[in-house]
Amino acid sequence: MCVAIPARIKSLDGLMAEVEVGGISRKVSVQLTPEVRKGEYVLIHAGFAIHVIDEQEAEETMKLFEEIGGLEEYSSVPGVDQSGEKI
Amino acid sequence: MSPEMKTEPSSGRILLAHGSGGELSHELIASLFVQAFDNAVLHPLDDSAVISAAGARWAFTTDSYVVTPIFFPGGDIGRLAVCGTVNDLSMSGAQPLYLSSGFIIEEGFPLSDLKRIVTSMQEAASEAEVKIATGDTKVVNRGGADGIFINTAGIGLIPPGIVISGSNARPGDQVILSGPIGDHGIAVLSAREGLQFTTALESDCAPLNGLVAKMTAASPEIRCLRDPTRGGLASTLNELARQSGVGIWVEESRIPVKEEVRGACELLGFEPWNLANEGKLVAIVSAEAAEAILHAMRTHPLGHDAVRIGEVRKEPPGKVLLRTTIGSTRILDMMVGEPLPRIC
Amino acid sequence: MKFIDEYRNAEKARPIIEEIQRLADEPIRLMEVCGTHTVSIARYGLRKILPRTIELISGPGCPVCVTSNGDLDKAIALAGIPGAAIATFGDMVRVPGSESTLASERAKGGDVRVVYSPLDGLKLAADAPQTKVIFLGVGFETTAPTIAATALEAKTRGLKNFFIFSVHKTVPRALKALMDLGEVKLNGFLLPGHVSAIIGSQPYEFLARDYGLACAISGFEPLDILQSVLLLVRQIKTRGPRVEIQYRRGVNPEGNPRALQVMAQVFTPSDAEWRGLGMIPGTGLALRPELAGLDASRVFTLNPPAPKEPRGCRCGDVLRGVLRPQECSLFARVCNPQNPAGPCMVSFEGSCAAAYKYGS
Repeated sequence: MCVAIPARIKSLDGLMAEVEVGGISRKVSVQLTPEVRKGEYVLIHAGFAIHVIDEQEAEETMKLFEEIGGLEEYSSVPGVDQSGEKI
Repeated sequence: MSPEMKTEPSSGRILLAHGSGGELSHELIASLFVQAFDNAVLHPLDDSAVISAAGARWAFTTDSYVVTPIFFPGGDIGRLAVCGTVNDLSMSGAQPLYLSSGFIIEEGFPLSDLKRIVTSMQEAASEAEVKIATGDTKVVNRGGADGIFINTAGIGLIPPGIVISGSNARPGDQVILSGPIGDHGIAVLSAREGLQFTTALESDCAPLNGLVAKMTAASPEIRCLRDPTRGGLASTLNELARQSGVGIWVEESRIPVKEEVRGACELLGFEPWNLANEGKLVAIVSAEAAEAILHAMRTHPLGHDAVRIGEVRKEPPGKVLLRTTIGSTRILDMMVGEPLPRIC
Repeated sequence: MKFIDEYRNAEKARPIIEEIQRLADEPIRLMEVCGTHTVSIARYGLRKILPRTIELISGPGCPVCVTSNGDLDKAIALAGIPGAAIATFGDMVRVPGSESTLASERAKGGDVRVVYSPLDGLKLAADAPQTKVIFLGVGFETTAPTIAATALEAKTRGLKNFFIFSVHKTVPRALKALMDLGEVKLNGFLLPGHVSAIIGSQPYEFLARDYGLACAISGFEPLDILQSVLLLVRQIKTRGPRVEIQYRRGVNPEGNPRALQVMAQVFTPSDAEWRGLGMIPGTGLALRPELAGLDASRVFTLNPPAPKEPRGCRCGDVLRGVLRPQECSLFARVCNPQNPAGPCMVSFEGSCAAAYKYGS
């Protein structure tokens, strides 16, 4: 149950923002992402921005669709390094 | 023997979904109204009844308009009432001639709003070149009619040689859509309280008889015409597939949808093909005539974005298949219930 | 639309699918635990373009579906309170409780309003001080912070007619409970991208470490899901189980600290009844005692009917991933979206609804 849509911050007014998705505008609360700036993209869910989209990471992901062979990964299992070897 | 209603509402009552144009509506019509009224003219269940009388073929139809809010971007209930019925007549290839207009008005309804609606109706009637020839007015107590309800009935003349019906589609036929879908549905939603989003989108509400006249002049090989109103393109295609007993295959990437409609759909969790349209049509035409008909459509303002979206095949009968943008193919079902904004 | 369209591209999908095909030379069973994944997989026909060796199983990912009948009955009973208006997400409206649905209550004259945001519910309360507005709080960690923020705002504004009925639940411990049942054999999980936007990746590490399960936190567009499947297959075949974030644009490893903080101010973990999984300690989110004035479960006395499970309904088995919707004897015969026996068929993100709607 997680439909959250990428939307662009058009304007900010305190803890509210006007965001836009494909030409549709809506007001959402940014109290869960207070650091967000105008022009950035956020994931919006139930009238709130819940995450500021990392455009750099998005570009990386798109690139990785091309380079199937060289997929990097983010490993967060403690004690295991990138190659899978136990540290 | 009357078929059991597959859907007994759990409270034994009519639900809002029975009026949405999707699965439940069709259920109700088939198992209650058709069973009771049972006659040959009714059975095809096309947008209009086709009647042979006085040496000519007539189209006869009725529709009721209960839209909320009554004024929305690009239109109002009055314009809708005229265009909707004009369009139903046009979908049988008829030239619409006369409409009736019955008003059910709630006590306390502002006269200025009524005047605005009636003016809008006459404007739409002029555009469509039809006359509103007769009518009725009733006033009910406050709370009885959500402001105003309008019923229009219409009559038109079908030119000789034109036989258009939802049951005429054959394998090999091409499916044409006159323009981008979902505008009306989103425009009306945007004007409703509670959803609070803003858009420049307007309803596409328009009379289609001019466009249809261009199409029938270009070729007699139009098998089916239908305007995807309540229930959207998905319901319309499913109706046609069922009526004709054929499979309809469409390509998602070919279905035109405006950016704002896609944005609203993402936001609200809808698919554009479940949204109402009031100025678009679906045409199923022979493969040979498709180019000529498309060309004719594109010369008309209401058809300049007309595009081929798919084709008719023998299998699977009564079903609609969608090839998605990711390359897989799956069933495109009729809508069940109302499109409710969801979060998940 | 940016960050959407480019992830639905058929050309980009092809090399990923080919690579999956090359690697998946033995049966691999992956579970997704987010209703939005269930829908996306079905809507884009992903099972059909993945090799037959990959089996995608739906788990307890639809928060409406995992709400118990008892909780549903209470929510529906709230609609009968005089002077009350229920503000709810659309998902809840047609879900059957033991005897009724919110849609039926509305047909009988109950005030049931569909909203997009809990803030809309708050606005309803502010605009109609005579009405008791009760917001139905359903959802996992993606949604709970939004209700938490709304609760704080209600408190700040001193609104006396806004209430929350919380049946919110949290995911990671439920996954542990699911695995501890020992019923369903899995090689890995597609983990929920937006829940993870809030909670980060650390809460799932036990799945890789203690259960040896491959994990990929996945976005929701078809390319995201395909890439996640590839990452999982790679873990299973060569690299070993770990928690990887495929959805890098949407998830920070630490989650959203501000959202977690707001949740902690409003909610406290409670025991929650999950359809299909029974009571799982610590997976519910109850309003903290200092917010008792907002808590519908404390403020209102409810007389819901005795919970009655629909006869023959196997939603519980479907939610645990041990029964595919098509394998249920009620599926498409007696149970369909117009006439649902249980929530899995009527909820937008129910596995059965997705299976029925998008066909085979």
